[in-house]
Amino acid sequence: MDYLISVATIAGIYIIMAMSFYLPFMTGQISLGQAGFMAIGAYGSAVCSVKFGIPYVPAILIGGSVAGIVGFFVGIPALRIKGIYLLLLTLGFGEIIRVVFINVEYIGAAAGFPGIPYQDHSLLYSYIMVFILIIFFSRLRKSRMGRAFHAVGSDEDAAEVIGVNITSVKLIAFSTGGFIAGIGGGIFAHYQEYIEPLMFDVMHSVEFIVFTIFGGIQIFWGPMFGAFVLTMIPEFLRVIQEWRMELFGALLIIMMILRPQGVIGLDTIQGLKKVSSRILGRGLS
Amino acid sequence: MIFQQLINGLMLGANYSLVAIGYTLIFGVLGLLHFAHGEVLMAGAFMGFYIILWTDLPLYITLPLTMIATGALGIIIDLLAIRPLRKDFHLAPLLSTIGVTIILQNLAVKLFGGYGTRFPDAIKDYHFKIGSLFISSINILTLGISIFLMIALYFFISKTKIGKAMRAVSESHLTAGLLGVNVDWIVLLTFGIASALAGASGVMIGLAFHAISPFIGLTFALKGLVVMLLGGLGNVLGAMIGGLILGMAEVLAIVVLPTEINLQDIFSFGIMILILIFRPTGLFGTRITQG
Amino acid sequence: MILNIRNVAKQFNGFHALSNIGVDVAEGKIHAIIGPNGAGKTTLFNLISGVYDLTEGEIRFKDVVINQLKPHLRAKLGIGRTFQIVRLFGLMSVLENVMIGTHCKTRAGLLKTFLRFSRKELTEEKATRENATRWLEFVGLAHKADQTASNLPHAEQRLVEIARALALDPELILLDEPAAGMNLNETLKLDALISKINQMGKAILLIEHNMELVMEISHVITVLNFGMKIAEGVSSEIQNNPKVIEAYLGRKK
Ligand SMILES: Nc1ncnc2c1ncn2[C@@H]1O[C@H](COP(=O)(O)OP(=O)(O)OP(=O)(O)O)[C@@H](O)[C@H]1O
Ligand SMILES: [Mg+2]
Repeated sequence: MDYLISVATIAGIYIIMAMSFYLPFMTGQISLGQAGFMAIGAYGSAVCSVKFGIPYVPAILIGGSVAGIVGFFVGIPALRIKGIYLLLLTLGFGEIIRVVFINVEYIGAAAGFPGIPYQDHSLLYSYIMVFILIIFFSRLRKSRMGRAFHAVGSDEDAAEVIGVNITSVKLIAFSTGGFIAGIGGGIFAHYQEYIEPLMFDVMHSVEFIVFTIFGGIQIFWGPMFGAFVLTMIPEFLRVIQEWRMELFGALLIIMMILRPQGVIGLDTIQGLKKVSSRILGRGLS
Repeated sequence: MIFQQLINGLMLGANYSLVAIGYTLIFGVLGLLHFAHGEVLMAGAFMGFYIILWTDLPLYITLPLTMIATGALGIIIDLLAIRPLRKDFHLAPLLSTIGVTIILQNLAVKLFGGYGTRFPDAIKDYHFKIGSLFISSINILTLGISIFLMIALYFFISKTKIGKAMRAVSESHLTAGLLGVNVDWIVLLTFGIASALAGASGVMIGLAFHAISPFIGLTFALKGLVVMLLGGLGNVLGAMIGGLILGMAEVLAIVVLPTEINLQDIFSFGIMILILIFRPTGLFGTRITQG
Repeated sequence: MILNIRNVAKQFNGFHALSNIGVDVAEGKIHAIIGPNGAGKTTLFNLISGVYDLTEGEIRFKDVVINQLKPHLRAKLGIGRTFQIVRLFGLMSVLENVMIGTHCKTRAGLLKTFLRFSRKELTEEKATRENATRWLEFVGLAHKADQTASNLPHAEQRLVEIARALALDPELILLDEPAAGMNLNETLKLDALISKINQMGKAILLIEHNMELVMEISHVITVLNFGMKIAEGVSSEIQNNPKVIEAYLGRKK
């Protein structure tokens, strides 16, 4: 049971992280630095709790806000570059953050930051955040800013010419993504009780991308699904436990060959609607 | 002291160059970031390790053998993970090479253990003394081999027919195809060459640092990316020079900056970010435009 | 004059795509820009809407110099446009595409979207939706509002693009070859639609290869060739202008 709870908590945190990647991704910005923002949130909230005795929720919000502010400043150079250049920029940022943390004695340097107050209800808090994100993203889809995000993501120049301020849209998306990642980091820190820079290396940022793209990028249920399933499934496939990572890699390649848009696409959602309306015998929309 | 460090820097930098050349070649012909390139280097290091351990062959045979093996690995990666992808989804190659990375890294941990392995001394390391300097023969040798490989590659690309075809493909697949170049074949060859160079670098890193682990791929991959950017995406000559510059700059940074702080990595990633902000075409310009 | 283009030039790496162009567009008029392929027509549109920076000259809209402004600010001032190759946001619905047209005239930010503090945001969303529906009705596509934009036939996608540009209620609208790829029937409808837009008092700058359409509906025609203006006038003047005839006969067919 404890094991189940721990896996579910981590899955919740990873959903938050996948969504933190997905938000800027909607506007066409691919970040390989989300683990860096997660680290800022984790260390920021840990400092609040340990050094200043600030309670859990405000500590995590402060950590998230710091990550959001850093996201804003990283977002500025990110405005001018695209594709592989942006990947490299965010990768460099994430690594720099990590190396900085390795060198700061105040937060334990390479030895890590121990003694973070343990949050009993991490599971609850992580899924409260997931719930908030579900509401946020489903409202976003039907809102002015959400439409602008999609427009900028699908054709930046056309969006700009018809009146979308792409500078502000991209900056907002990028820094909000940083904020969400920071919240994820804060919850993570208070669940682990101990954090160290190695926990936030670039391979973790890669993981968040994998969750997102595996799950599907056309609609926000995709990354949620991807993060949840890819965290939960390997844990339960005990039989294949030993080879699970290799299988995971192979699955990723096969996915990209057969269904590069991810498991959940717009077609899935439409299909589900059709099926459910048939079962219920009336039109759901 | 400084001179000694410079030799070390050149040696390190030459290896960065070899990795970056691979990245830049593949970026040139396919426009993609080959995420698993560092793992090919790691695979090369272990292949070299076992060839030396089991057969006791001399370095001048071990090295080419490893290059052939990693070259084949690169070709397999192209055939299995890149070629079957549809062209319309631009993130697919990145993700599928991430898949390759995960497979190779985990296989390596299973086969070789998660900790460092001592690399056998394939050649005797002499430290000869010039004045007050100690210079390691291995450093000189790896530097020499790297530079030889780079010069050979440069001539291959600029002078041979296949090299010209490679350049044509990196300008435009369509035009190259119309000119009668077999684009698929060139891409395959590029993966082979890039991976062979990474394999050579893996062996030399093993020799120079006397230890390897399943995780060395990532370290050198990141440095290779910085260098690729420094030299300009798709620019082979730029990658060669960029690697040497970064290697020396890193070593000098250790000499000049306070030692208690590990600033080496901040330094190279800082350079990368500055370049991205102020000069995304790299120091020497790209041949492939941004996209 | 609603739009003044003065001595405008544009070079691409030394290639003169446009040189010394002067064009004035009067309020509420249909002004056609014609010329052979590669004459620089689309480039001129790109300079007006801000896709490219101009190399020389000045562009004023409603007496404001706009050639330093970012594209979205030009849209906000009242310049709408469509593209030669349709550029809808493919995965969004037709209605959502048109709703984006009002982006710069509305305010709801991210936080307010989420929290929905007040009725105001909801009212704004509703108004945006109603406005978009109205323009879809105007182009005759209200019944397709919920379809995914990229699933529409080509001619209808062009109409959605026009509706999207109109949603912003611009005073000047730039149409880049709106009839391209349309059959005769569709072209006739488009013809009527353009006149209707014009009757609402909007000035229209129109690039079009269909000469019949151009001659019939435009008040003024400017002819470009090799990046230079070679003629300007009403349709009868243009039809008989020897330079124009040469430009067309000398290059095409
Ligand atoms: N971004 C660009 N970079 C370089 N050259 C360009 C660019 N855009 C346009 N040109 C060149 O400028 C010239 C004018 O192009 P433009 O698209 O304005 O022509 P057009 O009059 O719209 O032609 P068409 O009727 O074919 O649409 C062409 O020779 C074109 O190749
Ligand atoms: Mg044109």
